[in-house]
Order: sequence, then structure tokens, then C-alpha cells
Amino acid sequence: MAQASAQKVEKNEAGEVAIQLLGVNKWYGEFHVLRDINLSVDRGERIVICGPSGSGKSTLIRCINRLEEHQSGQIIVDGNELTNDLKRIDEVRREVGMVFQHFNLFPHLTVLENCTLAPIWVRKMSKADAEAAAMKYLTRVKIPEQAKKYPGQLSGGQQQRVAIARSLCMNPKIMLFDEPTSALDPEMIKEVLEVMVDLAQSGMTMLCVTHEMGFARQVANRVIFMDQGQIIEQNSPVEFFNNPKSERTKLFLSQILH
Amino acid sequence: MTDVPSPQGWVRTEDAPRLPAPPNTTGPVGWMLTNLFSSPMNSVLTILGASFVIWIAWGVIDWALIRGVFTGEDREACVAVPDSGACWPYVWAKFHQFVYGFYPFDQRWRVNICFIVGAVALATMAMPSLPYKKWNALFLLVVYPLMTFVLLTGGNLNLSSSTIYFVTGVLLFSSLVVPLAAFGIEDGIRRNKPALVLAGIAVAIWLVSIFVSMPEIAAFGGYISIATLASLVLLTAAAFFSIGHRASTRDIAARSALLGWVGAVSAIIAVLVLVTADFGLVQVETQQWGGLLVTLVVAVTGIVAALPLGILLALGRRSKMVVVRLFSIVFIEVWRGVPLITVLFMASIMLPLFMPEGVNFDKLLRALVGTALFSAAYMAETVRGGLQAIPRGQYEAAQALGLSYWRMMNLIVLPQALKIVIPGIVNAFISLFKDTTLVLIIGLFDLLGIINASFSDPKWVSPQTGTTGYFVAALMFWVFCFAMSRYSLFMERRLATGHKRRGI
Ligand SMILES: Nc1ncnc2c1ncn2[C@@H]1O[C@H](COP(=O)(O)OP(=O)(O)OP(=O)(O)O)[C@@H](O)[C@H]1O
Ligand SMILES: [Mg+2]
Repeated sequence: MAQASAQKVEKNEAGEVAIQLLGVNKWYGEFHVLRDINLSVDRGERIVICGPSGSGKSTLIRCINRLEEHQSGQIIVDGNELTNDLKRIDEVRREVGMVFQHFNLFPHLTVLENCTLAPIWVRKMSKADAEAAAMKYLTRVKIPEQAKKYPGQLSGGQQQRVAIARSLCMNPKIMLFDEPTSALDPEMIKEVLEVMVDLAQSGMTMLCVTHEMGFARQVANRVIFMDQGQIIEQNSPVEFFNNPKSERTKLFLSQILH
Repeated sequence: MTDVPSPQGWVRTEDAPRLPAPPNTTGPVGWMLTNLFSSPMNSVLTILGASFVIWIAWGVIDWALIRGVFTGEDREACVAVPDSGACWPYVWAKFHQFVYGFYPFDQRWRVNICFIVGAVALATMAMPSLPYKKWNALFLLVVYPLMTFVLLTGGNLNLSSSTIYFVTGVLLFSSLVVPLAAFGIEDGIRRNKPALVLAGIAVAIWLVSIFVSMPEIAAFGGYISIATLASLVLLTAAAFFSIGHRASTRDIAARSALLGWVGAVSAIIAVLVLVTADFGLVQVETQQWGGLLVTLVVAVTGIVAALPLGILLALGRRSKMVVVRLFSIVFIEVWRGVPLITVLFMASIMLPLFMPEGVNFDKLLRALVGTALFSAAYMAETVRGGLQAIPRGQYEAAQALGLSYWRMMNLIVLPQALKIVIPGIVNAFISLFKDTTLVLIIGLFDLLGIINASFSDPKWVSPQTGTTGYFVAALMFWVFCFAMSRYSLFMERRLATGHKRRGI
């Protein structure tokens, strides 16, 4: 089922490139965080990025919506190259949703207001339309009944699902996830992963930093392994897990899969 | 109770009854037992504290009410009674002066209108349950200041015609700059060519007129040089081109920039018309103002100006743009490093020395600007404290959603930051309110100043006049400050409901 719908989408938009990184380098002061990153992501593709702590995974996906600046190389997202041009950056951010490890919901706004804020102010939707859309996505992440509550009144898993709904309300073409489940208790991880699997099956282009290997096997088209700021290995999940090529990957997998 | 005994254990078949709370834990007695007399030490402290409060309160009541003198025509009433307390007839006689200073007697209705309208508008604004907050705020921040200005001074300002031409020119010219800002310079120039050409000619003519004297013609009830007239006409044409073009655009950002500009221009023109119009009111010089009127004018202006300026300075200090940051830091540190007395002194004595001959700002206006900028610098640091408490994740989430800098600040960061620093903000307001008494040193008579001045009236000299006067001053200041303090507590509690963060 999952496979079937995913293939359909791939056929529809095959070949179209959603994100392209060419020779990207980034430094924090003297520290070389990203080293010569080359990556091309097609529309509808679902990529899982993994690697040891401090390897630059967060930095990489934060460069894609310009939360971090890169110093050399090119990043082209949805046809817009990211430079200092603020208009381009705004355009990219409108089309790219992001979900954070610590949810980052706005605590002074209700769940519904969290979801309608950007559609109203950035997409210029009417309040009624924005609320209707928000309720649609809240229903999709299975918490429509929490709409009037404040984030502080929800469990971690519920908060993360609201964060996903909030991003979806902008109707993004690409979704970035930075360890969306690693701040959650085990029983909550499942409910968030279910939502992400559902999203993957709908054909969303996804870039996901996670150590949930079950999720990677189930939905990823490609798994990318990073270490010390470089992409060491990328492959289909089956090949990646069953037949890792580099020593570092083997070591990492042995640690993470016990 | 019918617990069913069984070999393995038992099952409760009925609910246990609800028992009343143990005696002496609820009600007033219970409250006192838990809060005031919970331990021997606590009981001793309670009794000591209570005795002290009663002692002070008794002293005040004895002085003000029991031994106080309530009726009389002049000082004789208070001097005649041996060992008398407060001299109230003096307060009755002088009270109007405490409130209005030397504002002409038959014009005091104007002050009253300002007081009453201000109090009502503020009260409706302060009550969260009442609707139309936007309009109320608009009234308080725009209409009300204008209204008070016209009512209190009499309006009918004499602006020189060159001032008016200058303002008009600036407004028209800004109509060209705004589209450039909205579209970015390149795009703005490309789409704005005819307007820019016309504006260029206008500026050229104006520049030439500086060096070559042009004939003047009678217009607008005065004389205007042909060059000025020509450049104004050209600028108007340019503005029409530019606006007309923008109005047809479908770009929402550009349209809102344009709307903002039209709004600002209409507001400035409306203000000019209002303050120069003749409403038939007698002019009242600010030298005649005094008492509570001056205290409130200085404090309210300072408070109203300090918050927005302080927010801008705080944002500026955290800005990534070096020039903006540097300006904010220098501004804040300079004003914070100087005592308010010095600021006022400079404003009243030094500033006129630097002004060209004939330019003369009103003394009260100078004090207003001085206190407003001074308190803005303090407010900036208070607000910055709040900004620093907002986690980086909030900024990142807002940016990731595509919110622009100002939207992010307005919708996400400031609402949270300001809520955190409400106590600090109100603290600054209260201290500003009391600092207004310093205007005394530049010869303005605020509430305290006018009470002080009234001591020298020979008609009311008595041993108790001073004490009574200061008592009234303290009481009036306290009422205002205490009201602010209570309101801030109320708002804190109200804003805190519902979204307390759990441990995340
Ligand atoms: N703002 C910063 N300034 C300086 N160094 C930074 C900054 N942010 C991250 N780093 C460093 O860059 C490196 C990569 O960080 P990054 O957060 O991308 O790692 P990560 O792969 O996401 O790790 P984790 O799995 O722990 O989240 C780390 O060594 C980190 O210490
Ligand atoms: Mg990370």
C-alpha cells in the first residue's frame, strides 16, 4: 500500500529536483562543520539522515531553510538559490516546513492560533479559511479536540503532532525534521512516527534526521550517513542496513542496533 | 459499610463517605491558625507586627482626624487650637491650586475635560472584558493626545509658511521613497521612472532656487517663491504617478506599504490642520500650568513615549546591523549614565544656548522630551531583559514559518517578552511618575512644587501647614502608584492563565 502510492507520486514528478546542494562548506569560526556536501533530492523523495552526535546533521538541514548560513557552495531549494537575498529566503521558507526536536510551539497562543498564524500573516489567508485548514490538519494528526488548548497543557507527543500540523498548514512542498522524536517518551514516539509515515505515504518530499531505524526501513528511499561534517555513505535502506560499505557506517550501525 | 469478607481479601462495595475537613483548618479562624499562629515564633512575630501597624495607624488617625482642624477661613483656625493636628482648611482652600496650578480660573473646564475623558478612556482600556480594544487604543494614543494638546494650550499654533512647505515637500518626497523601500531599490526604480524623473526636476529647481533668487507670488495667504511652488507641483505630480502605479499593483506587501504611507501622510496632515486651527479657545501659556496637571502631563507623556521607544532601542541593541546596534548602545548608555536632574537642567539651561537666535522651544516641551528619552533608555534595558529570556527556538520556529522580522517580533517574541517584564515595566513607570517631581528645579511647578510654593502664603502659615501639605502630596502620589502596581499584578495573573509551561 505504502509502496504503491509512493511509486505513483514518483512517476508523476519524477526527475524534478526539489533540493540541490553543490559543494557546500560551512564553518563555525575555525571549526569546519560541513565539508563539501553534495546532495540532490528529488520531489517526493524521502531521505533519512543519520550519524553520530556532532556530525553536522542538524547544521545541514538547517542550512536548507537558511536558519544557518553556508559560506561556500550552492544550495538551491525549489528553484531558488539561497544567498543573502531576503526575498529568496522568504520564498524558500514559505515552501519548506520544519519540525524541531523541542517542538518550539508558541506558548502564548492556542494550538489553533499556532496553526493559523503563518497562513494568515504569510500566506494572507482569511481567518476562516486558515482555521478550516488548521482543523483539517489537526484532524489528520489526530488531535482536533485539543485546538482550544495552550501548548503547555499538552503531552510531548501531542505537542510534536501540533508542530507537524502547524508546518503542514503552510502547505509546504518540502518538510524538514530534526530529530522529531528524540525528546519524547517511548510511548509517544509511536504516535508521532505514525503521523510521519502517513505524511510520507501522501508523497511529501521529506528530509528527516532521526535514529528511528524502523522508520527509515519503512518509508525512506535513501539513507544518508554523515560523520565529521561529510556524507560518508548513501544507499537504499535495505542495502544500507544489510550491507554497509564503509567501516565507520558499520561501527555506527553496530552501536545503534546493538 | 458492608465490606464482604473473603478468604483471599475483600472488595469495597460502597464508596467511603466524604468527611468534613478537620476543625480549625478552614474559615477565617483556620486561616489565622495556619498563616499567623502556626508556631510560637510566628505568633510572636504576628503580635509584634500587628502592634507596630496599630501604633503607626493610630498616630496618623490621631493627627489627621482626632486632633485635625476641619473648618476655618485662614491660619487663625489652625493656630488657635493648642496642640492641633492636620490643618485641613488650608488644603480645602488650596486644593484647586494643587490640581491646576495657575491655570486661569475660568478655563479650568478644559483641564477637567482632559482629566475625565482620559480617565474614562484609560479605564475602558484597562478592563479586559470590554470590546473595541483597537479603537480604544487608537483613541488613547492618537486622538486623545491631540485633543489634550489643543484643549490645554488653546491650539491655534502659528506655523511659519516655510515650515508648512517643508513638511509638504517631505511628505511628497516620501511618496517616492516608500515604493523604493517596498520593492527594493532596483525594482522600485524600474517601475517608477516617470515619477522619479519629475521628482528629480523638482529637486533640481529647488536647488537652483537656493542660489538664484526667484520672483515671489502671493499664494496661500502669504508669499511663495515660484521655485518652491513649481517644485511642489512637480512633486505632487510625481507622487500621483507613483501612488497610482502602486495602487494598481497586486503585490500585497507593496499595497500594505502604500496603505501605511497614505495613512501616515493623512495623519500628519490632520495633525497639522488640527494644531493650527482656531477653535476660539483662549491661549494658555505653559508657565501657567501647574500641580497635578503638570505631574500627569509629564508622567503620561514619558510613560507613553518610553515604551515604544524603549522597545525599538532594545531591538536595536540586539540587531545584527552594526550601525543600528551601535546607535542604540550609545544612546542607551549616554542617557542612562546621566542623572535625570542633569538631563532636565541641560534641557532648560544649556539647550537654549546652542539654539539659533529666535528659536525658542517651550520649557515644558523640553522637559517632556528630556524625561521621555531618559525613561526610554531605562525601558530599553528592561525590555532587553525580557527579549533575552525568549528561547532561540521561538525565533527559529517563526523564521522557519516564513515570518518577516517585524512580524516575528510583533506576533511571537514581544508578546512573550513583554509579559515576562511587566513587573519591570511598571516599576519603571512608577519611578518615572515620582521622578516628575524633579521638574521643580527647572522652574516648573508639579504637584509637589506647587504644594511647596503654597507654604509661603502668609495667609496660611501655621506649624501644621507643611506637614499637612506633604501628607496630601504623599497621599496623592501613593494613590496613583498603588493603582499602577495593583493593575500590573492583575494583568500578570490574567496573562498567566492557561499557558504555564510544563517542564519542557
Ligand atoms: N552555533 C554554533 N557555534 C559553534 N559550533 C556549533 C554551533 N552549532 C553547532 N556547533 C558544532 O557543530 C557541530 C555539528 O553540530 P550539529 O548540531 O549539526 O550536530 P548533529 O549532528 O545535529 O548532532 P546531534 O545528533 O547531537 O544533534 C558540533 O560539533 C557542534 O558542537
Ligand atoms: Mg542535531
